[in-house]
Amino acid sequence: MPSTHDWINDPLGVVEGMFAASQSSQSSGWEKKAVEFFKEQLKEKEAQTLVPSLNDVPLHYLKPDSLVKFRCLVQDMFDPEFFMGVYETVDPATQARTLRCGKYKDVTESGVDVNSRSTVTAERQTFYCVPIPGENHNQGRVVPSTSYVPSRQKRSYEEDEEMEVQPQKQKETHAASLNAADPHGNGDCKRQETEAPSGQAASASHLDLNFPLPGEKGPSCLVKVYEDWERFKLNDTLQVYGVLSVSPAFSALADEKDSFLDPVGMESAAEQRVHSPPASLVPRLHLLHAERLEHNNPLLPGAALQENSTFLSSALGEMAAVRAELLSYFTHVLLGDALAAEFLLLHLLSSVYSRRDVLPLGKFTLNLSGCPTGAAYTQRLYQIIQQLVPSSFYLPMSLQNMNQIRLVPRKDYVANRLVSGALQLASSTSLFLDETQMEPGQLDPTGVRNVTALGNLITWQKVDYDFNFHQMEFPCNINVLIASEGRSLLPSDCHIHLQPQVAPPHLEEYLSSIHVHPQASSQLNKFRVFLSLARLLDYNISDEVTKAVEDDFVDMRKDDPQSISADDLHRMLVVARLLSLSLGQTSLSRDVWLRSKHIETLRRSRMEQHKSVNGNEP
Amino acid sequence: MSSPASTPGGRKRGRNTNPATPSSEGPTSPPSQRRRGQDSSGGDLMPMPTSPATDVLSPAAPQDTSLFSSPRPSVMPNEVDISSPLGYWTPSSRVEGTPSSRVEGTPRSGVRGTPARQRPDLGSVRKAPQVDLQSDQPSTDGAVASEPNAGHRLVIWGTDVNVGTCKEKFQRFLQRFIDPTSTEDENAGLDLNEPLYMQKLEEISVVGDPVLNVNCRHVQSFDAELYRQLICYPQEVIPTFDMAVNELFFERFPDSVLEYQIQVRPYNALKTRNMRSLNPEDIDQLITISGMVIRTSQLIPEMQEAFFQCQVCAFSARAEVDRGRIAEPAVCRNCNTTHSMALVHNRSLFSDKQMIKIQESPEDMPAGQTPHTTIVYAHNDLVDRVQPGDRVNITGIYRAVPMRVNPRQSNVKSVYKTHIDVIHFRKTDEKRLHGLDEEAEQKLFTEDRVQTLKELAAKPDVYERLSSALAPSIYEHEDIKKGILLQLFGGTRKDFSQTGRGHFRADVNILLCGDPGTSKSQLLQYVYNLVPRGQYTSGKGSSAVGLTAYVMKDPETRQLVLQTGALVLSDNGICCIDEFDKMSDNTRSVLHEVMEQQTLSIAKAGIICQLNARTAVLAAANPVESQWNPKKTTIENIQLPHTLLSRFDLIFLMLDPQDEAYDRRLAHHLVSLYYQSEEQMEEEFLDMAMLKDYIAYARTYINPRLSEEASQALIEAYVDMRKIGSGHGMVSAYPRQLESLIRLAEAHAKVRFSEKVETIDVEEAKRLHREALKHATARKRREEVAQALKKLIETKGKTPAMKYQLLLDDLRGQSETAITKELFDEALRALADDDYLTVTGKTVRQSSLQCAGPPVCCCCCVFLGVTRSDVHTSVCFWTRLKKMAASSGLCALNIHSNTKRIRSSHIAVISSTKQ
Repeated sequence: MPSTHDWINDPLGVVEGMFAASQSSQSSGWEKKAVEFFKEQLKEKEAQTLVPSLNDVPLHYLKPDSLVKFRCLVQDMFDPEFFMGVYETVDPATQARTLRCGKYKDVTESGVDVNSRSTVTAERQTFYCVPIPGENHNQGRVVPSTSYVPSRQKRSYEEDEEMEVQPQKQKETHAASLNAADPHGNGDCKRQETEAPSGQAASASHLDLNFPLPGEKGPSCLVKVYEDWERFKLNDTLQVYGVLSVSPAFSALADEKDSFLDPVGMESAAEQRVHSPPASLVPRLHLLHAERLEHNNPLLPGAALQENSTFLSSALGEMAAVRAELLSYFTHVLLGDALAAEFLLLHLLSSVYSRRDVLPLGKFTLNLSGCPTGAAYTQRLYQIIQQLVPSSFYLPMSLQNMNQIRLVPRKDYVANRLVSGALQLASSTSLFLDETQMEPGQLDPTGVRNVTALGNLITWQKVDYDFNFHQMEFPCNINVLIASEGRSLLPSDCHIHLQPQVAPPHLEEYLSSIHVHPQASSQLNKFRVFLSLARLLDYNISDEVTKAVEDDFVDMRKDDPQSISADDLHRMLVVARLLSLSLGQTSLSRDVWLRSKHIETLRRSRMEQHKSVNGNEP
Repeated sequence: MSSPASTPGGRKRGRNTNPATPSSEGPTSPPSQRRRGQDSSGGDLMPMPTSPATDVLSPAAPQDTSLFSSPRPSVMPNEVDISSPLGYWTPSSRVEGTPSSRVEGTPRSGVRGTPARQRPDLGSVRKAPQVDLQSDQPSTDGAVASEPNAGHRLVIWGTDVNVGTCKEKFQRFLQRFIDPTSTEDENAGLDLNEPLYMQKLEEISVVGDPVLNVNCRHVQSFDAELYRQLICYPQEVIPTFDMAVNELFFERFPDSVLEYQIQVRPYNALKTRNMRSLNPEDIDQLITISGMVIRTSQLIPEMQEAFFQCQVCAFSARAEVDRGRIAEPAVCRNCNTTHSMALVHNRSLFSDKQMIKIQESPEDMPAGQTPHTTIVYAHNDLVDRVQPGDRVNITGIYRAVPMRVNPRQSNVKSVYKTHIDVIHFRKTDEKRLHGLDEEAEQKLFTEDRVQTLKELAAKPDVYERLSSALAPSIYEHEDIKKGILLQLFGGTRKDFSQTGRGHFRADVNILLCGDPGTSKSQLLQYVYNLVPRGQYTSGKGSSAVGLTAYVMKDPETRQLVLQTGALVLSDNGICCIDEFDKMSDNTRSVLHEVMEQQTLSIAKAGIICQLNARTAVLAAANPVESQWNPKKTTIENIQLPHTLLSRFDLIFLMLDPQDEAYDRRLAHHLVSLYYQSEEQMEEEFLDMAMLKDYIAYARTYINPRLSEEASQALIEAYVDMRKIGSGHGMVSAYPRQLESLIRLAEAHAKVRFSEKVETIDVEEAKRLHREALKHATARKRREEVAQALKKLIETKGKTPAMKYQLLLDDLRGQSETAITKELFDEALRALADDDYLTVTGKTVRQSSLQCAGPPVCCCCCVFLGVTRSDVHTSVCFWTRLKKMAASSGLCALNIHSNTKRIRSSHIAVISSTKQ
C-alpha cells in the first residue's frame, strides 16, 4: 500500500502502478479501483486537510503532478474531448514498445506511436472552474498543515471605503511565513521566501479569466473530469481533488500553436486563448474525486450535517441564545429598529429549498426601504452582512452601473465560452442591491435588460442565460436584499420600512460607532455558524399545525378578504419556516406560527401607516 | 492519355477531376488509389496489410512522374469494362473538369464522359487497399475485385466490405426498393408503388443535379447487413455506392449529361441522434445528429493538389495534399536541379471548405448543463448551405484527428481534435418555410411510451387528469386549466384554399382577465415552460416590431435581414403575452392579423413578405381599475377593442372568489405545497414530461374529424347562441363563435386520442364556452336580472312571501332573454345581499323591513356552499353571523339549529328576525 505522502505527492505514480498491475493480470476495472483508492484515502481523518488547497496556496508553491484540492464554482463546461487513454511508446534506441496510461495527464511520454493498434481512445470533459464568486475571505478560513499557510491580515475599514464597486477585491498580502516544518519534505516548496510575490494576479491582466464578479482574483482552473460528468451542473460548488498539471512542456506545446500544420486548426485565436490558456495562469486539474459543497462556511464541518450529530446538537442548543444576540446586534445596526432586524435575520436564513413547477419555494427577498442616504449607510450595512455570510456581492444600482455592468452570462460563440455575468453566483450567495445609489435618468436597453434580469431573479429565482439564438434558464438560489429609500422598483417578497430610533443629527456619530470590535470575533464566528446552520436544517409541518394554519387563514380571510390574499399566506408560511429554523426548531409549532403572524401583522400595520403618511407612494 | 503536363491550368476550385479522389479509393486496387491512375509507380504497390495504410502512402509521392509505370500498363483505362470498379475512375481521368473540357467530354456521355468529382467529405486519411481474407495478400489486380465468385473473399483492408457484393446489393436496393407508405415531402410527385430511387435517378437525368439522397432507414429495411456496413465503414461503402449508382444511371440514361458523376448522400442514419451521446466508438462512422448552426466560417479554399514548376526548365510536377501536408519535390526530374521547384498557386487545385459550428438544440439538453458544440466541415456544394440559427440534421462521418507528432518535441498533447465531415444537411425547420402542414419535428416516441400514452388516453377521466396535471401548484380554476389544455392540443388544421378561404385557424386563443395576484402570470409561465415552441413576452416590454418582425441591416454583409419577433418564433407553439392591457394600441393592432389569419405581413425597407405565425395566443390582462369592477361589463373592465376580443375563443375571468370553502381548500393546498416532499407531489399528478409527450403525440398523430351527430350538435348549439341574442335585438354569436366551438370540440377529441369528434366533445366545448362566457358576462347580466326581479316583486305588492318556482316562471315570462336557474339564484342572492329580501327554502320573502312586524329587524341572508369535509365550518359560520349582527347592533340572532346537516348542494338560507 502506498504511504500517505506518496498518494498526495505522486498520485500519478499510484495510478500508473495500478495500470501496470492491470496490464499484467488482465483484470479490468483498474480505473474504478484507482478512483476508489483516492476516495478511501480522503475519507481518513485529517486526510483532507493534508491536501494543499489551490484556493489558499499560490500556484508556484504547489508541486506539479501532486494532488491538490480546489473549492470552486463550475463556471463553464467545454466540449468533451477525446484523448489517448492508453497508448504505446517506442523507444527510438531499442525499438522497445511500452504501453502507457494517458489518464490524468495532459501530455504523453516521448516517442508515441500514433498509429499503434493498442491505442485506446477515451473521452473526458473539461469544466472551467473559478473560485466561488463573492466568497468572503475574512471569515478566518484556517487551513491547517498544508505546506504553505498564508496568514492574512484582516481588512481594515479604510480599505473598504474604496471598495464600493469592487467589494470583493481581496487584498491578500501574503505575509508568507512559510511553515517551517514542511510535513511532506517537498523539495519544491522549500524555498525560503519571506514575501510571496503577488504576481499571480498581475500577470493575469491580459487574459480575461472570466470571473463572474468584477475585481475577483484567484486561480481559475480547467478541471478535467473522467467519469460521470453528467452529475455536475453549471454553477455547482465543488470541492475538487485532482492531479495538478502545470507542465511547462504543455505550455510550450500550447504556445507553439501549429496553426498551419494542424489539419483542423480552424479554431479562432480567441477560442484558442480561452480553451488552452497558459498553464501557469490557469492550471489543469485532473479530477480524482469531487464533492458537492452544501455550504462554503469553513466553520461548519464539511460532511453532511446529519452525520455529525455531536456538532449539530451542541449548535442547536445554543441557537436561541445566539439568535437573541444577533437580533440585538442587528437592531443596533438598523438604527434601533427591532422589527426590521427580525426580518433581516429571517432574510439571511432564507434559501430556495424546493421548486414546484416554476414556483420556487422558500425565497424571501427583503426590501428594506427608508435607508438613510447619508453617511454611506448602505455600504456599512453591507460590510456587516459581508462579515456574516460566506459569500456575498454588493451591487450599487446606480444608473451608470445598470447601463454598463453585465449581469446575465452570455455565450460568446467566437471564443466558444460562456462569458460570465454578475448574476452567475453560487447557490446561497447574498446579493445586496443598493437602490439608494439610483438617480433619475434614462436606462438604455442594456439597463432595461439588467433590471428585467434582476426582477426575474427575484420572482422566479432563475437567470436566463443569453445564448444568442435562444435563452436558457438556469435556476439559482440567491438571497436578494434591496436597500432603497422608497419602495423599490424591483419586486420583493417582503417590504419593510426602516424606522430609525436615532435622531438624524446624531446619525453620523451613531453610524461610525457601528462596527464589530475585533475582540468579538469569537462572537462573529458564532453568528456565522448560526446563519449557515439554520439554513441547512430540515423542516416540516405536522398535520395538526397544518390544520391550525388553514383555519387561521380562513378566519383571516373572513375578517378582511380584500387585504389577505394567497400571496400573504405564501409569505406567512415562509416567515414561519424561517422563524422556526432561526429558533432551532425543525418543525412548526403553534407558538411560532402565532409569533410569525404577529410580526407579520406588525409589519403590515407599519406599512399601512407609512402609506398614509406618505401618500404619494404607490 | 492525359499526362499531367497536358493538363490545362486554371482549373476551378472544386472542379477537380483527379481520379485518385477518395471516392475512388475504396473499390480500386492499391496503385490506383494512391496516385493519379496513370502515373502510379510500381515500386510501392504492396502495402503490408498489417501496417497502416497511411504510412505507405507518403514515401511514394515524389517519384510518381513516369507515365506508364502502372502495374497494368496493358490495361488502358478506356478499355476497362464499365462494370468493373476500375471503370469508375479511369475513364474520368482522361477528361478535364473545366467547363471547356466538359464540353468536349459530354458528347461521349456515359459514365466515362462524366468527370468524377472529388469527395473531400469522405476524407483521404484512410486509403485502404483490399485484402483477400484467405491469402492475406493485398489485391493488386482490379479485375479480381470485380469477380466476387473467384473463390477469394476480397474485402477492403480493415473492414469486412467486399466491393462487388456491396455494389450489387446497393444496385439491387436502388432497383427494387419501394416504400408505399412514404410520407416524406421530397417524395412528393413520385409514384410510391414504383421503385423509389429509380424515379429519383430519372429526376436526376431531367434536372441534372447529380446528387442522390438515400434514406438510411430505407437501406436498413431493405438490407440490414448493407446498412451496418454503411454505418461502420462509410468511407469505403459510399464510394462503392457512388460507383454502383453511376453504372446504373449511365446504363439507363446513356445520353444524359451531368456536371459530374452522381454522388450518393445517405441521411437519416439511425444510430446517433444527440450530440451528447457521441463517444469514441463513433469515430469514423456514419452518424446523424441534430443541432443548431451557431457559426459558419468564411469559405476556405483547401488545396487538393499542388502544382510545382521547375524554375530552370519549366518542367511541372504535381503533388497531392496528404492530410494537410504537401510533399515538395526536392529535385526536378527533368533537369535534375535541386530545389528548383516552385509552387504555382493559380495552377494548383483547391476545393471549397467551410467550418460550421453546431450546437446542441436546447430541447436535447439536460437541465443545468451548457450546450455542447461540434465542429463540422462542409465541402464543395454543401458550403453555405446553412446559416447561423438554422436547425439542421447532419449526416456525416465523425472524425478524430490525433495530434501530429512533431519530431522536435519529445512529448505531445494526448488530445484528439474531433469534427464531422458532413455528407448531408437536412434543415429541420425547412418545412416551416414551405408552409407545409403538420409539425416540423417528428418527435420520436418509443413503443413503450406510445403504449403508456394510449393507456392513459383510454382512461375515462383522462381529460380531468390532464387538466389537473397542468400547473398543479396553481390552485383550482379547473375550467381555466381545461381551456388551456384544449389550447395546448389545438384544433385540426383545415385547408380551404381551393374554395378561396385559405387556411382555417386551428389554434385556440385565450384571454385570462382578472384581479391582480390570481396567479395569471404563473399560469402563463407554466405554459411557456411546457410547450417546445413557446414565447413569453410582457405587453409592457414589447413593441410591435418585437412581436412581429423587423428589418435590420447586417453589419457585416450590409444586407437587409428580417429578424423575427415573438409571434413568428412561436409558430406552431403558444405565445404567452402577459400584461396584455398595458400594451400600446399600436402593438396590439398587429395581433389582429395574427389571431385570425395567422400570418404576418411585412412591408418595409423593400422587403414585402408574409410570414407564418400559426400561434395560439394566451394573454393575461388586468382590469382597467386594477381590481375587477363587478358593476361593469367585461369590455368596460378590460377596455380592449371588441374586434380583438372576438378573436379570443375563450375569455376567462380569474377572480378572487371570496368564499370560505374556497379559502379553506386554498389554504390546504398552499400549506401542503410547503411541507409535502417532491415525491408525494409526483404521485398525485402526472409529471410534466408525460404531459408534454401526450400533447406532442396528440398534436402529431391525431387529426379528428367531425362526425355527423357532432355537426348536428354544433349546429344546434350555434342556433341556440344566436337565439339568446336575437331577442334583445342584438347578435350575440357570430360565425367566429361557431368556429371556436368546432376548434374546442376537436381539441377535446384530441385529448381522448379520438379520430372522430363526437357529441361529448361538442358538449364539453359548449360547456367551456358557456362557462367562459358566463364568467365574462355573468356579472352584468346578474345586475340586470336582479333589477328586473326587484321590479317584479314590487309589482306584486305587499305579498310577504312568494313561491320560488312561481317567481322564476313569472320572471321568465316577463323577460325576453332566457333566464337560467343559476342566473335567477344569483339575482336572488344579490338582492338578499342588499337586504331587500330573504329566501327560506322554497319561499322568498321581502325583507322584514317591509313586512308588518316589529319595527326594527335585521336580516341576514347568507348563502353557503358547504362541502362534506367541512362540518366544523358551520362554527365559523356562526361566528361570522354573530359578528354581522353585532356590527349592526340591532338584533340578536336566532339561527336554525340544523345548519350542521346542510348538504353541499343545498343553498342554506338562514334568516333571523327579532321575534
